[in-house]
Amino acid sequence: MPTFALVDCNNFYCSCERVFAPQLAKRPVVVLTNNDGCIIARSPEAKALGFKMAEPEFQARARLKRHNVAVFSSNYALYGDMSARVMSTLAPLTPRMEVYSIDEAFLDLAGMQEDVRIYCVRIREIVRQRTGIPVSIGIGPTKTLAKAANKLAKKNPSFEGVLDLTQEAGREQHLAKLEVGDVWGIGHRHAKRLQARGVSTALEFIRMPREWVLKKMTVVGLHTWLELNGIPCISLERATPPKKSIISSRSFGRPITTLEEIEEAMSRHASRAAEKLRGEGGQASAIQVFIETNTFNENQPQYCQAASMALVPPTSHASEIVRRGRETLTRIFRPGFRYKKVGVMLSGIESEATAQLSLLREPDERGKRLMDVLDRVNAKWGSGTLSLAASGIKRPWSMRQDYRSPRYTTVWDEIPDVRIG
Amino acid sequence: MGFEPGNPLELPLLLSLVPAGFPSPAEDYIDQHLDLNDHLVSHPAATFFVRASGVSMSGADIEPGDILIVDRALEPTSGRIVIAALDGELTVKRLRHHSSRVFLEPANPAFKPIEITPETDFEIWGVVTYIIHKA
Repeated sequence: MPTFALVDCNNFYCSCERVFAPQLAKRPVVVLTNNDGCIIARSPEAKALGFKMAEPEFQARARLKRHNVAVFSSNYALYGDMSARVMSTLAPLTPRMEVYSIDEAFLDLAGMQEDVRIYCVRIREIVRQRTGIPVSIGIGPTKTLAKAANKLAKKNPSFEGVLDLTQEAGREQHLAKLEVGDVWGIGHRHAKRLQARGVSTALEFIRMPREWVLKKMTVVGLHTWLELNGIPCISLERATPPKKSIISSRSFGRPITTLEEIEEAMSRHASRAAEKLRGEGGQASAIQVFIETNTFNENQPQYCQAASMALVPPTSHASEIVRRGRETLTRIFRPGFRYKKVGVMLSGIESEATAQLSLLREPDERGKRLMDVLDRVNAKWGSGTLSLAASGIKRPWSMRQDYRSPRYTTVWDEIPDVRIG
Repeated sequence: MGFEPGNPLELPLLLSLVPAGFPSPAEDYIDQHLDLNDHLVSHPAATFFVRASGVSMSGADIEPGDILIVDRALEPTSGRIVIAALDGELTVKRLRHHSSRVFLEPANPAFKPIEITPETDFEIWGVVTYIIHKA
């Protein structure tokens, strides 16, 4: 029977800030989007105070102050690096892993000898100890159930961060507590339609007739329905793309050993990811590259590593993304291993329109036009026909980041201070 | 991992006879460079760099400005130098177990050890493995 575990970092950006600033442990924390526009992440305390996702900062400002909330600009140098650390920690703990977003990964734990729940409790402790990041883990026979279990594990503190829904017994009472809109794969529109029919929980949803689901929600909805019923439809690597991250990765047909070959594959993934990004009109704030050997092959030396780099300012430009991807890959590549997989993840994605909105600074239209020309020429005559002089042209506008924390893990001048006492 | 700068410190290796042992997966490449990361960082994903601050003390192992390499993958055992989050602040102390009691010893022998009780706002943040001190 397939067994999936979804590992999800709790309030990831806020947790990153707290690792290096223990005085924030009990203070509500929020993180703002690029340019300090809107709230993008909230600690549980901030959620309890009623701050909403995507709430504009200027509207929340007075309340943030009144409640003594710690406010941070997004710090993708930090979040990207911490994400890479979490992923690198998880990779050796599972035969197969799929990085799903900056703060989520699916682990394939099928065929485990020991109790999966106990194993996941240990994974949680290891990640917490090694990176300082608290995670929640949901386990299920399908990805959708693993997601559901994760959602429930986060909601109910008595589960202590891990919920196992692999067994059918008792599953229904858990699904009765999950709102249908919180089911992975059920969008806002379908959730509303279901609620109008009196279907408000995941349990009520799986009790709907199969024909109705297929007719009203197409085959995508049917897959969700089947998966919630314990029938796997979505394999590892074939999931709905998550919001705010774009991933391109694939296993090689044969083991790869040289940097040149991996670089080539990585560049392809990076270009494809950048293309997708531009298709969505987005800009990415961080790139992560991950490489792994075949962990099934226990007789060979194993190596799994991820690393990340902030994209400052956020960009959607392919050659910039490929170049940063190369730099990141060079940092983690070690010779002497037979690599099985390389992947690229773009995260901190915000729409180009909002990313450039700044009250204080004029977005640079000239720079953007230049990028458009580059893109068009490269699209027409092939990638790389035109590219930026190595360091010559820089986009002169910069982001508003009034409350950015130090880049604790990537800049020497900003590493944490510890008091000798 | 994100250890800036992106350029590892590369020093030419003086080739010498290496005693027989476990073959390294990178042995074909061994005559290239020495990377201090290989020597100082055993668990890259769990290793952080921090900088000591405060006042200089005679007899202390650590001086202000020193860079400490902190490995969070190691178990904090008695006698090790640790980074502790104490009352919301990161400090460097020596961990000491006395029978069933736990103490944090300050670097300055003039100060008293702090006993950790269930009421203490305290967490071990990581274990210091190396101290980088400017000669």
